[in-house]
Amino acid sequence: MAQLISLDSLKAPTSARDMRAAISTTGCTSGACGSSEGPDDMPAEIWEKVKDHPCYSEEAHHYFARMHVAVAPACNIQCHYCNRKYDCANESRPGVVSERLTPDEAVRKVIAVANEVPQLSVLGIAGPGDAVYDWAKTKATFEAVAKEIPDIKLCLSTNGLALPEHVDEIAEMAVDHVTITINTVDPEIGAQIYPWIFHQHRRWTGVEAATILLERQMRGLEMLVARGILVKVNSVMIPGINDEHLVEVNRVVKEKGAFLHNIMPLISDASHGTHFGLTGQRGPRPMEVKALQDRLGGGTKLMRHCRQCRADAVGILGEDRGQEFTLDQLPETVTYDPAAREEYRALVAHERGEHGASREAAEAELRSVEKAPARLVAVASRGGGRINQHFGHATEFLVFEVSSAGVTFVGPRKVEQYCQGGFGEADTLAAVIDALEGVSAVLVAKIGEGPTKKLAAAGISASDAQAYEWIEAGIAAWYAAEFAADQGGPAIANAG
Amino acid sequence: MAYKIIKSQCTVCGACEFECPNAAIKFKGDTYIIDADKCTECEGHFDAPQCVAVCPVENTCVPV
Repeated sequence: MAQLISLDSLKAPTSARDMRAAISTTGCTSGACGSSEGPDDMPAEIWEKVKDHPCYSEEAHHYFARMHVAVAPACNIQCHYCNRKYDCANESRPGVVSERLTPDEAVRKVIAVANEVPQLSVLGIAGPGDAVYDWAKTKATFEAVAKEIPDIKLCLSTNGLALPEHVDEIAEMAVDHVTITINTVDPEIGAQIYPWIFHQHRRWTGVEAATILLERQMRGLEMLVARGILVKVNSVMIPGINDEHLVEVNRVVKEKGAFLHNIMPLISDASHGTHFGLTGQRGPRPMEVKALQDRLGGGTKLMRHCRQCRADAVGILGEDRGQEFTLDQLPETVTYDPAAREEYRALVAHERGEHGASREAAEAELRSVEKAPARLVAVASRGGGRINQHFGHATEFLVFEVSSAGVTFVGPRKVEQYCQGGFGEADTLAAVIDALEGVSAVLVAKIGEGPTKKLAAAGISASDAQAYEWIEAGIAAWYAAEFAADQGGPAIANAG
Repeated sequence: MAYKIIKSQCTVCGACEFECPNAAIKFKGDTYIIDADKCTECEGHFDAPQCVAVCPVENTCVPV
């Protein structure tokens, strides 16, 4: 059984070994919660469904892990951002996977992970391929896992084309979370994203193909909502093709009862061999994604903590332990031991209480700050909801917006690790600064003098004054101090 | 006549096995192969060979 380490160990730096152990047994790498996501803001039965699901609840993703098994590789549509021929273990993007599993192998893997990763709460089938089109394998996997681990949440992703025929079986298997990728509600735009679909034993192309696909996505969405299944809609934001149009997509899916809308930036690179990659279609910049998300909101919640993980990801969002659980490392026979997961849940219940109280105190502090502009603040965290990572060790920064109204999560910004083996690379630092576009301050556990100066030159203040603090409390303290400094006089604007 | 699968191009997704009306496609070793004796090019079943229509990589299911 995996040993549980108190979340307290995240408050102070310990040995590298302890840090790894702490990360592997506690929370997520993000402090992405907001008060709008708590149990007080939704009906009890909905909170019950999402409270352990890291993708459906920002709050839950502090604490719980998911795993994907790639058992259903066949797909019935082609998307311009996907190329099935390319795969690389170093890549992190949806649909990418290093090994495929039979349903039997998948069950073995899920049990092995459940025994080692007590945060595990969700099993998803999310490509490569379409979990609903390749239904027999999805169904066999879910049924066998549910028998072994009855409390694991089952979750799947689909393009929606084959969905209407399978909604009843999905409901019967108690799959209560389904993600549909809906990139457009306009077939003319759809034809620019989907070159073809395979439906009713033939290949369809162009606007005709998109018309069929979009109609069936909508029908599937309505049928799931009617059965009380929570639906997340993923939309890939493709500048110049559907970026403006996603406002309309948001309106439509909201009206039809989607629970969550996730705007995902297109990942596009010629080396991926995708149509968009090869034709130079660019992905959006983080600030473009944020600007779009800010125009949406209201009604259906927006998912801002998505890491666009691999189709065989294992662990909390933002980390991937998939390489620890490849087929060749799995024992021939595994027996599920529920003790670790049960113990972990008790620990989470305690931590949630403490973190919640800290968030409330932070909000109270912010309310006392008057007439200050909203600011973006980036945080380096390696889990547990705290500012607890060295600037140079961060592979992503969590960006929050802070104003007197409170602290809200904006999204993660991925960066290349600046400090490797103690030496910072100038090129990498420039890329980090670029990734922090729009950010006023970076709060970290520790940062050297060199990067602090270079960040300052780029207009970003870096500080380790809030080291090991809860994220919201640390940001609130920075903001309150910043505002107090502003009151002392316009020192910067009029200096010299 | 029959179809065959170009192994170097195949992504091993298995969609063709799924759609073949003759159960002529099987996973063998590390790739899918079409049993030429069973393959009818989908004549009498469908307008187009199903393996070609569903395959995600162009020119991977081709006439023998």
